[in-house]
Amino acid sequence: MPTKSIHDIAASFSRRGVLAATAGLMLGLASISGAKAADDTIKVGVLHSLSGTMAISETTLKDTILFLIDEQNKKGGVNGKKLEAVVVDPASNWPLFAEKARELITKDKVSVVFGCWTSVSRKSVLPVFKELNSILFYPVQYEGEESERNVFYTGAAPNQQAIPAVDYLMKEEKVKRWVLAGTDYVYPRTTNKILEAYLKSKGVAQEDIMINYTPFGHSDWQTIVADIKKFGSAGKKTAVVSTINGDANVPFYKELGNQGIKAKDIPVVAFSVGEEELAGIDTKPLVGHLAAWNYFESIKNPANEKFIKDWQTYTKNPKRVTNDPMEAHVIGFNMWVKAVEKVKSTDPDKVIDALPGIEAPNLTGGTSKMLPNHHITKPVFIGEIKGNGQFDVVWKTPSLVAGDAWSKELDGSKDLIGDWVGKKCGNFNTKTNKCLGSGS
Amino acid sequence: MPTNLSARLCTFVLSLFLIAFALPAFAGPFEDAVAKFANDDFSDTEEAIAAVASSGNKLAFPIISALQDGRLMADSDSKKVYVTGADGKSIDAATGEAVASVPDSASAVRLNNRLRRSVDAALGSLTLQSPDVGTRLQAAQSVFKSHEETALEPVDAALAKETNKSVKTALGEARAAILLFKSDATEVEKLEAVATLRARGDQEAMALLTGMGDQPASVTKAAASAISSIQSSLAVWSTVQNAWYGLSLGSVLLLAAIGLAITFGVMGVINMAHGEMVMIGAYTTFVVQEVIRTRYPGLFDYSLLIAVPLAFLVAGAIGVLIERSIIRFLYGRPLETLLATWGLSLVLQQAVRTMFGPTNREVGNPSWMSGAFELGQITITYNRLWILVFTLAVFAILLAMLRYTALGLEMRAVTQNRRMAASMGIATSRVDALTFGLGSGIAGIAGVALSQIDNVSPNLGQSYIIDSFMVVVFGGVGNLWGTLVGAFTLGIANKFLEPVAGAVLGKIAILVLIILFIQKRPRGLFALKGRAVEA
Repeated sequence: MPTKSIHDIAASFSRRGVLAATAGLMLGLASISGAKAADDTIKVGVLHSLSGTMAISETTLKDTILFLIDEQNKKGGVNGKKLEAVVVDPASNWPLFAEKARELITKDKVSVVFGCWTSVSRKSVLPVFKELNSILFYPVQYEGEESERNVFYTGAAPNQQAIPAVDYLMKEEKVKRWVLAGTDYVYPRTTNKILEAYLKSKGVAQEDIMINYTPFGHSDWQTIVADIKKFGSAGKKTAVVSTINGDANVPFYKELGNQGIKAKDIPVVAFSVGEEELAGIDTKPLVGHLAAWNYFESIKNPANEKFIKDWQTYTKNPKRVTNDPMEAHVIGFNMWVKAVEKVKSTDPDKVIDALPGIEAPNLTGGTSKMLPNHHITKPVFIGEIKGNGQFDVVWKTPSLVAGDAWSKELDGSKDLIGDWVGKKCGNFNTKTNKCLGSGS
Repeated sequence: MPTNLSARLCTFVLSLFLIAFALPAFAGPFEDAVAKFANDDFSDTEEAIAAVASSGNKLAFPIISALQDGRLMADSDSKKVYVTGADGKSIDAATGEAVASVPDSASAVRLNNRLRRSVDAALGSLTLQSPDVGTRLQAAQSVFKSHEETALEPVDAALAKETNKSVKTALGEARAAILLFKSDATEVEKLEAVATLRARGDQEAMALLTGMGDQPASVTKAAASAISSIQSSLAVWSTVQNAWYGLSLGSVLLLAAIGLAITFGVMGVINMAHGEMVMIGAYTTFVVQEVIRTRYPGLFDYSLLIAVPLAFLVAGAIGVLIERSIIRFLYGRPLETLLATWGLSLVLQQAVRTMFGPTNREVGNPSWMSGAFELGQITITYNRLWILVFTLAVFAILLAMLRYTALGLEMRAVTQNRRMAASMGIATSRVDALTFGLGSGIAGIAGVALSQIDNVSPNLGQSYIIDSFMVVVFGGVGNLWGTLVGAFTLGIANKFLEPVAGAVLGKIAILVLIILFIQKRPRGLFALKGRAVEA
């Protein structure tokens, strides 16, 4: 029996997806059934994982959309109709994202969907949104290299997060040696490819760049932290650029703290660590490590203060934190409302055409604008971790940065632009003056 | 109204008076420098640090150390700067006079990493002659790190007076670091400096030698030979370090697998919810710490000791409940057990997610589990060390329990031959429940330890379940010693592969090796012999 059992185990893991899906359905929200309301409402789909590995990050975004809908309905809704949320749970299961997206659009007839976190989930729903011609607002910083007609990217593209962060380290911290550490999946790999090309264009030698990938949920960081320490002792100022995914960050930072790597010696700048992730760590040993985002909860500004207060009242939790992807949803939601009010319709084609050019205030005091490539303009902030789990902004870009759908650093994409207004094309080659056609 | 007016007038007169009184204080360069802290501008703060540190004023030390701890308050409107003490009393930083209270508009002077380094360097030179040995050692080390020329004089002065041997060595090294980078130091001095750094022989010394820039030919040559000597000694140490990391990873694997070695190994139940027992143990730790934080903050350092028995009881009780309500109906049907426990693991995860929320929960490290110490050239972190000790202790206790207690005897009897044991008068179903409870309870204890190094989230258990099964199957099902050897073998193999192949490939390589190994020895490292095998 013992020999047989290992086959059983192997079988169970291949079956894991189906099982998780079933469980997701069983445990998932009952609100699907409540979605058959009258026609005098506009339905808004929420496609965020409420169970499984990504629930840690995505649950908050579901709450954010519910909160925004609630606020909008208090103001009388949109075009005289109340908004109604339809929440589904794709259970951190990528194929299920596509299934649930289809269900939202065809069965529940939602006018717009706010959702996805990981790039792989976005890639999984893309064909569905194209086929059924609906609208997706995607709120998370991502690797770029994409511009789709049906998707609006309100998170940061690499030039709105990674590149300014590296610039800051070069200028302010005089960093000469770079560790690019990431979790092994598409976002870190693409971002690191862009960063590597960028660093080399700035004259950084190959031996001064160390690239390291770890599996999802990696928890034993001893060797890697020791390697970083060793790499950092070559007599040149060293920094770590971390694209390590949410969950693995806690043991990573704990190991840094325990091995005595202080931010003043080797600073770590992270692209996936925000207020929410720090809520699970004692941040005192991490003071001074950096994060690059387009929004920090600690930014002092009347709009932000009001938002935080309303959010905490809505969630009935005075300690509830806010973070960057939440702000992206706020901007995206308000842009969608404005577009729908402008064309007085929720017809996807009309709304998609109306969205570029729409402006909405962000929570840091500026006004973000939807660009023809379906990305938005955002300010970039560098924050240092403080002892209380919040960030202290130490640097910001002088003005808003326009999001590039296609990275200027990579050979394959530097001539491409996305332009859904003039060229009606997501990957237009400016050299050959040709649209490369569908696909990303 | 009138009272209000008079109060306002009073304040006005008072503030006029204060301004008039305060004005002369802005006279000297020291006062000007201090006022710069109030500008909330990083480059002004940097200038202020340098000016205050070199002023020789007796307020320099309290100001800089307050700046380091975030106790230096500045009011950007009045340009006044205050030092608040740990005891709540405050002084005016420019004059040293006590003030009744710091105005509300004042906020702590902000630092960034560059400034933190300047603060460290400044404090280093200021505390080189502190009466406390620990402070002096730290000061020497921060001077070594910053190695600025201005520190040479204070270092020489301190060296002349120093009597403590280790501080003296540290000061000598700091002096060497400064001289190596000082452009007008003589060749002899520089050669001596290289020799001192070579004797120090660690990564930081190597960093200085590699990054020293243009030097006379003889110095470059000496440095090159010093670097290669340091490198070869570090290479030996890195092997020792990998072995330690392997032991440490092995102890985590063992801890996670040891409970499974009971439920899967001894009882033969494929328990996919094993990881969730670990998670429940971690959440028990969280609850214990929350209670301690709010009610008995003084007990925080003992929180883990309190959590261990509680986690054992909570996870053990849930284990017994699962055995009684589900698993006992499924004995001898491995496929159904597997599916049922897998479903159960999802239910438990979602239950915890609903109760505690989907985000990570903060479990703090007690002071005795934070930090690290240096052993030769390797860093050993306390949390890993304690987990290794704890794992071995749990293992020893479990082994003793199975060997020497009546329950242990009954467990072995039932798992070896159920019907025979039953006919000898052993209540087999009770023993089944207790055995499963024991395995789950130990998983709960593992959760307490793992909460110290990993996320406490509903997904905690998932990341350990595969590794646990791997260890148990590799080590030999039904044999605790096999689990021990299996865990440490996998840990060490993993850590020696990781630097070569990378974390991702390393993991894959281990998995492939285990699969090949199982082909050769289907029963694992230590196969059980005799009739028990067929039971």
